[in-house]
Amino acid sequence: MIEIEDVHKSFGALEVLKGVSMTVARGEVVSVIGGSGSGKSTLLMCINGLEPIDAGRVVVDGVDVHARATDINRLRRRIGIVFQQWNAFPHLTVLENVMLAPRKVLGKSRAEAEAIATDRLSHVGLKDKLVAYPSRLSGGQQQRMAIARALAMSPDYMLFDEVTSALDPQLVGEVLDTMRMLSSEGMTMVVVTHEMRFARDVSDRVAFFHRGRIHEIGPPEQVIGNPQRPETADFLKSVR
Amino acid sequence: MFNASVSFHDVLFMLRGAGVTLLLTFWAVVGGTTLGVLFGLLRASAPGWPSFALGAVLDVFRSVPLLIQIILVNAFAPILGFDVSAFTIACIVLAVYGAAYCTEIVRASVLAVPQPTRRAARSLGLTWADDLTAIVFPIALRVGLPGWIGLALGLMKDSALVLWIGVIELLRSSQIVVTRTQQPLLVLGIAGAIYFLISFPIARAGAWFERRWQDQ
Amino acid sequence: MNYSFHWRPVFQVMPEMLAGCLVTVEIAALSTVIGVAIGVALALGRTGGNRAAAAFALAWIEFGRNTPGLFQIYLVYFGLGSFGLHLNSYAALTAGIAFNNASYLAETFRGGLRAIPSTQTRAARSLGMSAPLAFRLIMLPQLFRIVYYPMVNQMILSVLMTALGLTVGLDTDLAGVTQHFNVLTYRTFEYFSVAAALYYLIAKAMMLTSRVVAWRLFRY
Repeated sequence: MIEIEDVHKSFGALEVLKGVSMTVARGEVVSVIGGSGSGKSTLLMCINGLEPIDAGRVVVDGVDVHARATDINRLRRRIGIVFQQWNAFPHLTVLENVMLAPRKVLGKSRAEAEAIATDRLSHVGLKDKLVAYPSRLSGGQQQRMAIARALAMSPDYMLFDEVTSALDPQLVGEVLDTMRMLSSEGMTMVVVTHEMRFARDVSDRVAFFHRGRIHEIGPPEQVIGNPQRPETADFLKSVR
Repeated sequence: MFNASVSFHDVLFMLRGAGVTLLLTFWAVVGGTTLGVLFGLLRASAPGWPSFALGAVLDVFRSVPLLIQIILVNAFAPILGFDVSAFTIACIVLAVYGAAYCTEIVRASVLAVPQPTRRAARSLGLTWADDLTAIVFPIALRVGLPGWIGLALGLMKDSALVLWIGVIELLRSSQIVVTRTQQPLLVLGIAGAIYFLISFPIARAGAWFERRWQDQ
Repeated sequence: MNYSFHWRPVFQVMPEMLAGCLVTVEIAALSTVIGVAIGVALALGRTGGNRAAAAFALAWIEFGRNTPGLFQIYLVYFGLGSFGLHLNSYAALTAGIAFNNASYLAETFRGGLRAIPSTQTRAARSLGMSAPLAFRLIMLPQLFRIVYYPMVNQMILSVLMTALGLTVGLDTDLAGVTQHFNVLTYRTFEYFSVAAALYYLIAKAMMLTSRVVAWRLFRY
């Protein structure tokens, strides 16, 4: 379970998170929607400690992410994240990209890591691209590789940070399909997204973010289908 | 601080050496830039083997140690029957050496001017000469100036090498003072400070131009 | 022109001159390796948080880039004697070139580090890598590719700089061997023409080798 309690975060004078609280249960898919600059992405970075927080707490399975005593590298093994810019490691082949962390972080043997990586890459439909370098892949393929790279650590949670925003429109579908598959397999996911249809079809709950606060959170039929707050309704109108 | 054995007269002697260094630099930069602009425009506009051949010849000057070039020209001039001073030889070698680098700076700068921009200029009815003076030169100047400043400072520093053929520039004059006073660290320290004071402000100005123009 | 060229004595000492080439390449390689090591340290020092380290690195870099290489070699050869440190000409030349290399390479490395997006580190850290591990596995290989050709360039410049060994009396490298025979015969033009050709060949051979190595090394 991910527990976020009253998290505050500022960049200089700009407060991007103004007391955010929410929980994500095991097996749940929570989509986070909202305008750009509303703090959605920052919240994701705070969940796996890539951004420090100013106040509040983030607790993952009973471990306080931001406590000094926490071994953050150990915790991150269980929380996969996929970024908007897919961040492929350009100097490694697709297979090596996915093998790297299992080998160097989990200490698996080359054969083991290769088996895991091949399995994950087949899962996201990249079995025939193993020896290619990322520069030879389309954006959609690179993004699916990034998903496989995170999955290779066998994480309990997956965070997705606007993973389709930087893609050409015709490549968005293949990445969303991969995420749909993960959710149907029971992966716990927090998805920051602008894809309303995806949010409605796949999420168990949707959280609407506005100016550093969660204005509305609930089942998609409610938040997207029948918003209770005027800000939510305005936002949904603007993206349609 | 000043050791008694290094007199005011010695420092004055070194400053005169610095004057020679600046004079060498001046002629090297003037000669190198003139030849470099000529060759660079030739290389940028004349395609095919003449440009390639010129490039290959100039590459030799960038692939042989400058000191060896100085020694060679110094030995070759009397063979040809020329009676020229070491200072003149120094200026010629440094100028040709500078031209070899300047050519590539000019060529790269001219080629950096986008073709569509030039085509647009010509389509407005500008002549070939107008295109060069109004479009190509102003843009190329911005691209090339930081590199050219670097080259000029490089020539200033490289001019120290001509001490080998007996030109008494800054480093050689320091060496003379060292021989007399036996204070190598102090004297070389003064020489280094003079070099630094000439080079550093210009290098900083160059970096400033580069940053400013990159932002635009 | 009533000068008659004599090339035979030059070709008779070719074995000695070729042996000098080896010493030249050796000094260039040595001073590049030392320069790279110090250059990396200076680049990290300049960008790191420690103020004293940043000031020291900046002083080294600016001093190295704003004074002549020959002056730096002189400073090592003649100047360090004041501290009771007397280096022979081989060591002084190598140290002087290495000092110069470090100043230029430090800026190369700094630029290289800035050219790698910070998101690369972020992605590596998100996979549970520690900061040093992420630097070694993700940053360093990419940095190496960016600075590869500037490094090769610096090494070729080092080859050309080794000729300055003449001025501190080195007589085992190519320029030194050439000068040794030159003063015996005073066939200056002949000897140094051949030396020039050999320097040219060394520079071109290095360029070519580096291209082949790059082609084998960088497949992406």
